[in-house]
Amino acid sequence: MKKSFINGVGCISVQKTVDAAFLAEVELTTKESVVFAKQPSYVEVISPSFIRRMAKGVKMGIFTSTQALKEANLAMPDAIITGTGLGCLEDSEKFLKAILDNNEQFLTPTSFIQSTHNTVAGQIALGLQCKGYNFTYVNGAVSLETALLDAKLQIETEEAHSVLVGGIDETAQHNIDVQRMAGNIKKQEDLPCSILEPTTKGMILGEGASFFVLEEQQKESSYATLDAISIQNSLELNEVEQYVKTFLNNNKISLNDIDLVVLGNNGDVEFDVYFNQVSHFFNQTPQAYFKHLSGEFYTASGFGLWMALNILKEQTVPACVKMNSIEREMYQTVLLYNQYRGKDHSLTLLKKC
Amino acid sequence: MNKRVAITGMGIISSIGNSVEENFQSLINGKTGISTIENLETIHKEVIMVGEIKLTNQQLAKQLNLSEDNNFSRTTLLGAIAVREALENANVKDINDCRSGFISATSVGGMDLNEKYFYEYYNDESLHKYINSHDAGDSSHQIADYIGLKGMVTTVSTACSSAANAIMLGCRLIQSGQLDRVIVGGTDALAKFTINGFKTLMILSDTYNTPFDNDRKGLNLGEAAAFLVLESDEIVQKNNKKVLAYVSGFGNANDAFHQTASSENGEGAFLAMQKAFKLADLKPEDINYINAHGTATPNNDLSEGRAILRIFNNKVPDFSSTKAFTGHTLAAAAAIEAVYSVLALQHNLVFPNMNFKKPMEEFNLIPQTILKEKNINHVLSNSFGFGGNCSTVIFSKSE
Repeated sequence: MKKSFINGVGCISVQKTVDAAFLAEVELTTKESVVFAKQPSYVEVISPSFIRRMAKGVKMGIFTSTQALKEANLAMPDAIITGTGLGCLEDSEKFLKAILDNNEQFLTPTSFIQSTHNTVAGQIALGLQCKGYNFTYVNGAVSLETALLDAKLQIETEEAHSVLVGGIDETAQHNIDVQRMAGNIKKQEDLPCSILEPTTKGMILGEGASFFVLEEQQKESSYATLDAISIQNSLELNEVEQYVKTFLNNNKISLNDIDLVVLGNNGDVEFDVYFNQVSHFFNQTPQAYFKHLSGEFYTASGFGLWMALNILKEQTVPACVKMNSIEREMYQTVLLYNQYRGKDHSLTLLKKC
Repeated sequence: MNKRVAITGMGIISSIGNSVEENFQSLINGKTGISTIENLETIHKEVIMVGEIKLTNQQLAKQLNLSEDNNFSRTTLLGAIAVREALENANVKDINDCRSGFISATSVGGMDLNEKYFYEYYNDESLHKYINSHDAGDSSHQIADYIGLKGMVTTVSTACSSAANAIMLGCRLIQSGQLDRVIVGGTDALAKFTINGFKTLMILSDTYNTPFDNDRKGLNLGEAAAFLVLESDEIVQKNNKKVLAYVSGFGNANDAFHQTASSENGEGAFLAMQKAFKLADLKPEDINYINAHGTATPNNDLSEGRAILRIFNNKVPDFSSTKAFTGHTLAAAAAIEAVYSVLALQHNLVFPNMNFKKPMEEFNLIPQTILKEKNINHVLSNSFGFGGNCSTVIFSKSE
């Protein structure tokens, strides 16, 4: 069975993740309840007339996918697979507002055309003239994980030799407003807050895009192999440990083989208890977190994956993401665990190559 | 692909019936589901026709025995009804008795609620329970919870080809041994959002849609949900399951031509069908019936027609689009047409392409216009969507 090597990455986030050394300068996102991705200059990858017309998510997707392909030195992937929790929110809201504000009259199709969840995957295919397999997953916090699982399957079964995989989520005003009303976002009076020792409910909403090139071949640019992914709809708190144990057993690795655990803590006192279970289970293992840097969004785990891959490459865990003081001489195997509001649990296993 | 995947159950709700049997009766009796809008508030009520399910959300919720204060969107309600029938049909008593997954497909998700309460949310706290339904994956979570499924749940959204892709992923997860059973399909409710969207693209018909007709005026939107239960050979043998049909091949390609329009020669469609034949290890001449995408838009039918002529080397088997019955049900379309493909195999019938009168001037392609009985071993079903998405699934008889 062919292995999946991750040979190129691209990431736009709240942090300086374009053209900067790996997490060299970071700003904590724990002061504001909504944080926005730093937008790079798009002129090198998108023509100026399109830059104005394209929503943020589409631009971030095109930019980071271009970065990932460039790093992997790959001109044309065999398949493109994306994940997005909320899709093209900006254009959806724009079209919906136009419908409601003008009583279904005087509408133009542009924002409708760009509102479908698969816009980013479609636009990348169009730009590359890539006629291969093209999928988009939209399932909350496992949107990107399903895309990765699919990509890994494509390579294992030799349906594809190379796959471009990415996760994209953008913020938009109406969605921010209603997520506040629903209590999903932290209240301003609860900020700044501690992510690791949470006392209040809700999360800090972020946005971003991350793309990865998976290939059957190892290259000089290879970061790691993607060895396994598991997705689980729901778990009770007391089932989490067994879920992790089963995953380790299925992949024939022991607890001690894991050199780093990356957890998706987002500072929500109600649901971070899930992460505590895993943290406790791996109490002799180095641990890292990332949502204090990325904010929370359905494909924030892409930032976590980007971070884990860089740690494997650089063999050092930046101080700003450490959850404990345990260290290893070598970082060979990394396990990522994520969930959102007790739903959409995922485990991702990476190995240095 | 080295092994076929068994279909052991199916469920459907569409404008031509609230169950597999009702849909079958409408198909063989030529009973269309296209009508004027009753349930949805829109100013276009009088000028368009749709494939609307004539049950209110309250009626649907009652069928599902949901509590009064449920927060299901119409998309979720329809999906749950179809999933429940599919599980009963497959005789699944305990959904978690093996590694079961649920893969849904939707394009609008809870848009019906979002568009209704978009501004009301700001003033009415009692509506806040609907907020999370805007997220497309939420409908899948709610359906999974309704049937008590704890394992893998995910959702595909590739516009109008979504459900075909959900079927594909489900097959691949069974073939690779990651799941023993997976419920696959799609659900989409009518919404002002899509009605107005397609209206701005000027591809909505003001009358009954006429697939593959030279004078076709566009599509009728519809709403529906359909799901298939796929099970591994091990589960089928162990439980002595009745197999309704097999998924024997599938293909997915991108047209890479335009965000919403298909290329003139149907390159993406051609590639999708080509891949499906290869995977199924079948030749075009093995296909006895094509259930075409056939939306009745000028662009789709021309592009798909050309792709079919090319892949079948001008020897096209009986084909029809069933969209004259149901309208175009977007992310659910490939799922309801999967059910119709299985029915075609089970009953050895080609369902009619209604409303066809005049062959298209670009080529000599005449769909099957009346119900036809003949031996059917393999059915090819096409679905295409925005973003250049092209998908083909091949269904084969269970013997």
